[in-house]
Amino acid sequence: MTQSPASPAAAVMPQIDRPGFPKRFSYWLTDDPIAAIGLAVLIVIFTCAVFAEQIAPYDPALQDYAAMLESPSAQHLLGTDDLGRDVFSRLIHGASASVYAAVLAVGVATVLGVPVGLIAGYAGGWVDEVISRILDTFLSFPAIVLAIAVTGVLGIGLTNAMLSVGIVFAPQLARLVRARALVLKQELYVEAAQCFGASPGWILMRHILPNAIQPVLVQITLLMAVALLAEASLSLLGLGMQPPDPSWGSMIARAYIYAQIAPAQMYAPGIAILVTALAFNMVGESLREALDPTSQR
Amino acid sequence: MLNTVQRKMLTRRILQAIPVILLATFSVFMLLKLLPGDVAITLAGENATVERIEEIRRLKGLDQPLIVQYGQWVMNAVQGDLSESLLSGEPVATTLARVFPNTLFIVLYAVSLSVLVGVPLGILAASRAGGISDRLVMVLTSVGVALPNFWIAMIFVVIFALNRSWFPATGFVSPFESPLQALWYATLPAVALAASGMAEVARQLRSSLVETLQSQHVRTLHAKGLPFRVILWKHGLRNVSVNLLTVISLLVNRTLAATVVVEVVFAIPGMGNTIVNATLQRDFPVVQGAVLVMVLTVITVNLVTDILYSILDPRIAQQ
Repeated sequence: MTQSPASPAAAVMPQIDRPGFPKRFSYWLTDDPIAAIGLAVLIVIFTCAVFAEQIAPYDPALQDYAAMLESPSAQHLLGTDDLGRDVFSRLIHGASASVYAAVLAVGVATVLGVPVGLIAGYAGGWVDEVISRILDTFLSFPAIVLAIAVTGVLGIGLTNAMLSVGIVFAPQLARLVRARALVLKQELYVEAAQCFGASPGWILMRHILPNAIQPVLVQITLLMAVALLAEASLSLLGLGMQPPDPSWGSMIARAYIYAQIAPAQMYAPGIAILVTALAFNMVGESLREALDPTSQR
Repeated sequence: MLNTVQRKMLTRRILQAIPVILLATFSVFMLLKLLPGDVAITLAGENATVERIEEIRRLKGLDQPLIVQYGQWVMNAVQGDLSESLLSGEPVATTLARVFPNTLFIVLYAVSLSVLVGVPLGILAASRAGGISDRLVMVLTSVGVALPNFWIAMIFVVIFALNRSWFPATGFVSPFESPLQALWYATLPAVALAASGMAEVARQLRSSLVETLQSQHVRTLHAKGLPFRVILWKHGLRNVSVNLLTVISLLVNRTLAATVVVEVVFAIPGMGNTIVNATLQRDFPVVQGAVLVMVLTVITVNLVTDILYSILDPRIAQQ
């Protein structure tokens, strides 16, 4: 993080009326169509996740032994799986699992990581040294390995699996926030607040956090994609979503058994994961550029 | 060969690694302690008598204070004793010694592929930043990063193993037995792992190369009339070679994690399969041992990278 404490240009520049949030939001999207596409995809996925019951044409658990491993048709848009369940309906319900998983994991990571990073960066000294070593330690664990082990201990299931993933992600956010806090605490307005006798808690909440939030937002968006892939991996391994509830990862795992007879079964859930992860990444990368004052566009 | 600043930097790095190793081993040790219920009962297995549970508690030192238990555990681990599997009774160290080289082989294969493909792609993209080849590479790498490794692995199996029998669908041959056979068996898993790896390498290399090519000293070289070719190969790449080291070490760590799932798809007897099966069967000593080996591997890779850094780039040591 290289940022000059006070940029001299700011003093010289004339005051420009800053457009309101809706306007800046629409500027961002018209300026960057890729981000707009990504956001549109995410809205579709989130809508599917929330209104899965209403959108899905069939009950995702409904078995039909008269129609097993069927190819796509007007009745079953994406065909049926090995138990005659409608793949399209399972895909839509799988979106709920994925969105729930990603939000849970990243939520846990934010709640754990951000305060720790703020404290480490602001306190400095031995507190920072100790927290940094702990963060180094947790960053040394291969994420999925630690998630598997913690899931094994907490008990198998989607919620526990994603709690573990959240715990594993937290140090990444903590490190990011720590680096920002380290820079921000030397800003003049922080010093001014200290002179007025503001408490560390007030300074952290009022001055440091709001100014550190932008890179966190970017990282959160990017982590959503990683969490999505982690959910798919853990469900595939049988540690996440348990049958008969559908998740994209477990759908792939099940379809793989029948890959020789019906290889097409594997494509839909895989593409769903790919497209959603891609959308999160597109929005995240675009946010990074839009929010970063040093990037030229 | 090393000056005092570099030596100081090295000492600092190694000293920093010590608390990380201690903390990591302690976390791994605590993993079993987090288990709900009495560990002795879990360790004794199903249908154990009360006497047997008591015996295990005494045998494993579970009646001792936590820190003593940790010390004992570390002492045993250093001597290669990682306890035994609850299911097979095989010493965990024996299991891991058998499967770890297989994982290492796949990871090294995948990382080599990622670098061999990713580096030229990154250079291609950066040398004409904003051009068609750049855009194409960027799209390719965006997809590569978002691609689920295990899914692409499965599709490879369907296309190249089931439809056309070019490669085996599952299984593994140890490189010590037959290197050529080993390569043949490991190709599909390695390519699946490298799909995202090469994307990562190409992205990182592109961005640092673009930055270098836009810098002042490169502008001077242009003004001097040096052909672009010479600038790119002689000045650009030399400046990003250190970044490449970071990318590779990061890649080794990522691939080590990603291989867990891919190993399961290909039924490769490696660390990933061992951890997953042990977790599903609640064979916790095996889980503990495997996680320990993985985390120590990552710490070693990071340490070696840092050491190489201070040797290759004297500027880093001076900071």
